[in-house]
Amino acid sequence: MTSLSDRLGRGLIPAVLLLFSENSPGSAINMREGVTDMSQRIYGLHQISLWVVTIVGIVVFGAMFYSFFAHRRSRHPNPAKFHDNVKLEIAWTLVPTLILIAMAIPATTVLLDIEDNSSSDLTVLITASQWKWHYTYVEADIGFYSRLATTQEQIYNREPKEENYLLQVDNPLVLPTNKKVRFLVTSDDVIHSWWLPDFAVKQDAIPGYINEAWTRVDQPGLYRGQCTELCGMGHAFMPIVVEVRPEAEFDAWIADQRLAMALASETAVADRNKTWSMEELLPMGEEVFLEHCAACHQPDGMGQTGKYPALAGSEMTTGNIPDHLNQVMNGKADTEMQAWAPQLTDLEIAAVITYERNAWGNDTSDVVQPMTVYEAR
Amino acid sequence: MSTYGHADTGTRHPLVAFAARWLLTTNHKEIGTLYLWLSFTLFFIAGALAMGIRAELFQPGIQLIEPEFYNQLVTMHGLIMVFGAVMPAFVGLANWMIPLMIGAPDMALPRLNNFSFWILPFAFTLLLSSFFMEGGAPNYGWTFYAPLSTTYGPPSTDFFIFSIHLMGISSILGAINIIVTILNLRAPGMTLMKMPLFVWTWLITAFLLIMVMPVLAGAVTMMLTDRHFGTSFFDASGGGDPVLFQHIFWFFGHPEVYIMILPGFGIASQIIPTFARKPLFGYTSMVWAVGSIAFLSFIVWGHHMFTTGMPVFGELFFMYATMLIAVPTGVKVFNWVTTMWRGSLTFETPMLFAIGFVILFTIGGFSGLMLAIVPADFQYHDTMFVVAHFHYVLYPGAIFGTMAAVYYWLPKWTGHMYDERLGKIHFWLAAIAVNMTFFPMHFTGLAGMPRRVVDYSLQFADFNVVSTIGAGLLGLSQVLFLYIVVKTIRGGPKATAQVWEGAEGLEWTVPSPAPHHTFETPPVLEDSSGDAHG
Amino acid sequence: MNSTSRSKLNHTSLLALLAVGMFGFAFALVPLYEVFCELTGINGRTSGQAETASPAVKDSKRVFTIQFLARTGKGLAWEFRPTVQEMQVKPGEIHTTWFYVRNRANKAVTAQAVPSISPGLAALHLKKIECFCFNQQQLAANGEMEMPLQFYIDAELPEEISTLSLSYTMYPVPEMKITQIETGNEVKVR
Repeated sequence: MTSLSDRLGRGLIPAVLLLFSENSPGSAINMREGVTDMSQRIYGLHQISLWVVTIVGIVVFGAMFYSFFAHRRSRHPNPAKFHDNVKLEIAWTLVPTLILIAMAIPATTVLLDIEDNSSSDLTVLITASQWKWHYTYVEADIGFYSRLATTQEQIYNREPKEENYLLQVDNPLVLPTNKKVRFLVTSDDVIHSWWLPDFAVKQDAIPGYINEAWTRVDQPGLYRGQCTELCGMGHAFMPIVVEVRPEAEFDAWIADQRLAMALASETAVADRNKTWSMEELLPMGEEVFLEHCAACHQPDGMGQTGKYPALAGSEMTTGNIPDHLNQVMNGKADTEMQAWAPQLTDLEIAAVITYERNAWGNDTSDVVQPMTVYEAR
Repeated sequence: MSTYGHADTGTRHPLVAFAARWLLTTNHKEIGTLYLWLSFTLFFIAGALAMGIRAELFQPGIQLIEPEFYNQLVTMHGLIMVFGAVMPAFVGLANWMIPLMIGAPDMALPRLNNFSFWILPFAFTLLLSSFFMEGGAPNYGWTFYAPLSTTYGPPSTDFFIFSIHLMGISSILGAINIIVTILNLRAPGMTLMKMPLFVWTWLITAFLLIMVMPVLAGAVTMMLTDRHFGTSFFDASGGGDPVLFQHIFWFFGHPEVYIMILPGFGIASQIIPTFARKPLFGYTSMVWAVGSIAFLSFIVWGHHMFTTGMPVFGELFFMYATMLIAVPTGVKVFNWVTTMWRGSLTFETPMLFAIGFVILFTIGGFSGLMLAIVPADFQYHDTMFVVAHFHYVLYPGAIFGTMAAVYYWLPKWTGHMYDERLGKIHFWLAAIAVNMTFFPMHFTGLAGMPRRVVDYSLQFADFNVVSTIGAGLLGLSQVLFLYIVVKTIRGGPKATAQVWEGAEGLEWTVPSPAPHHTFETPPVLEDSSGDAHG
Repeated sequence: MNSTSRSKLNHTSLLALLAVGMFGFAFALVPLYEVFCELTGINGRTSGQAETASPAVKDSKRVFTIQFLARTGKGLAWEFRPTVQEMQVKPGEIHTTWFYVRNRANKAVTAQAVPSISPGLAALHLKKIECFCFNQQQLAANGEMEMPLQFYIDAELPEEISTLSLSYTMYPVPEMKITQIETGNEVKVR
């Protein structure tokens, strides 16, 4: 991380100078042109309206500043008396109207093209939840979660921040080049918004409803974006990364994913046919807990008063196992408690439940086996 | 700040007398003063919350404020600024000035006036107390979108709902009072088209308030029943629609934006002619422009929702309607510039703030026009660009407008001139700091920084440093403002009745400070040539 | 009472009436929005009403793709999926497809499917003759079933729409809102 004084020095350079150093990583100042036809056309619209308001601003403020100078009392002691001029007033109603019409026409054209969702090659269902994204390739029937990969150490300034701080995920969305990709966007809990500036795609994810957007990217590469609708405390921490690959590589990737899924299910079979001991499950469970559960329930299992229930000594974690299992696997309606069955493996769920039932003084001595989890699926 | 007590002080303890005077007052000037002080207090509280936000955003990473608390700060900053700082400030100015400007002895419904003020301290105590509740203060942004605020809201949400109800009642009663006063208590000869523009803008603002505050009350009532009584207005799982919440909210919310700016238009239209020593240009078109803006404000709410999956015909309608607002707004700006044109300008503090208002508000209007372009809005929406836009509209619009008004009328209220040198320092500090704080947000927003985030990636670091330093300066400049106001109340050169050489209008015919009771017999309007418009 | 105070009273009551009216208007927006959505299909919610009319096939050259998506809400221990992922459909053709559900819980559970279609404008043109989403559905402990959806797409579907995605999200129904338990699965609601 750069030193504070360094940043201060760079930050205080007048904006005029920054205009000439648009590529300095700390000081991007304009909209990104992006990599799709649509994002470039939108950039064009942005530039047009920016120039229109700049010119109007120069004229209006110019007149005003001239007046400050030429009509100040020391130079112009006797004020004029006029207070009406019908022609002038008609002119400055009509001229702006014409300018607005001139701006509205290209905007309308671009908008109609954006809203043309027809004939797509590929559909991706994007499901938002607090605070991660899930992508399903509808035709290929492949799905996975995509979570922030930046570490807590970096966020809390205990480690230096990497270049793509807050803009890294564990599993990026992979898309092929030169294909019209249709996005269906929805949410499991609150409203989120999926934004990828380089594609100029921003679509709200609304629970219970699906929205639609599309893109077509020609250049392979890594593109980054973020959630743009306030969605709770993790709002700043659910980035979007899209990796665009040439079509052949994309097909190979899909095949790889299928293979990986098959391997994972083999591992799962092996895992659930084994009987696990408490000693094996506890450290695994602690790891899962810290990664997925501790943000709300806290590492000490005490929860947050009034918001997230404590797990230490609670009825859920010391009561009967099927209820506990059901709550973890399927979530709880109308709360922030998510369904973890689709997100974690049988072994991980078994481990975390075993951990919760034996940590923080919850000495139930219960050991939950992956097989039990599997049977509850 | 008149010192005329009218309550019977008798043998009571001075403190009791003091409390009784302010608690029971029905005098429009005293109630105006109460509103202004309440607004000032809440302005500092909400400003302190903003300092917390900016401090956390000084650098990437989480340093001072946890994400959950950050969301509470963002929410409460917005709510208190909108409902606590801006709206009561304008109502306070209306209370003080409307009767003086139209030659009325008081507001039409003085006891109601007292009631609508005294609701507010309770409403805001309730709202602020939520910081100390289990689960913390509201944390879903001032727009409180469902289901984040309903199903997922903290327990304090119910207190928030109740306090919104109280604020709504206060605003509606205040607005009714203002309309009834303007329609019934004008001095003989003061026809509607001779009213000062501040009165006109407030008349229209009051109608907006009466039409939209009940809609907000309806929205929060639906939230309440969704939360506790099993309805599902906004809950998809019960057959409701979260997007419906946004429609109802913005049906309130967009006119609300104009509620926070129209009285500012009125103030600029009073001050600029005074210091240009020239009548306001285009009085009639000014009135029509305010009316059209108010009308249009009811049919543009959808422009806040372009990314919610609105069908293309909806997007086109709201885009065109929104762009149309630029026309009457442009007319107003052109009129102000032409009022100054070939005038005889001097730049006392009220004029400086009015000019700052016109320039910076216009910049906010420009970014507003850009935001109306739907395809481009897909890139701007919910980024810091929007934050820059509405702070450019509201800080110079509502806050600079109010400050211009305070400097302009403070001599009338206190009988003392403020310290002109300090006033100018205040203006320049505030003007520089406002731009330092909010201009860089255009850049970070365009470059891709979402709004309402507690942490951001490294590419946005530099401009956030500038913003935070600007915000600190801005906060300090307002402490100076407090000092100037207090100093003026306590003493200073005596102000004449007219105060400003170029000032015209009934409020300048009464002595400074304005006596406790004014215009008990209606004033006689002088020659009614069009020049009398202030 | 002099004329000013009478006029004040009149104005005050009219304005108060306006305020009360606007409070009512906020609530009126709810059904208005629903009617508006039903007329225009803007929020992508398909109708909860069963269609009976058999349509005339006008344009047999057009073929649409309809995709089926099934999701479950939090707290519902159900497996829920379409048995067919997508179908090629001509305007006016009546089709039936089935959605599979299985209750993983050890107790009976009632749930309601909430439909959403994209593009939203297609909501007007997707006509359901029979749908499991018309009713609350109950499954016994560990029970399973296939639920029917019978529909057609009318020929007025806008030209530019070629692919439709029909999504159902299955939400648990809280006990107080379970409308009626019958033997079997069919429970009437809406």
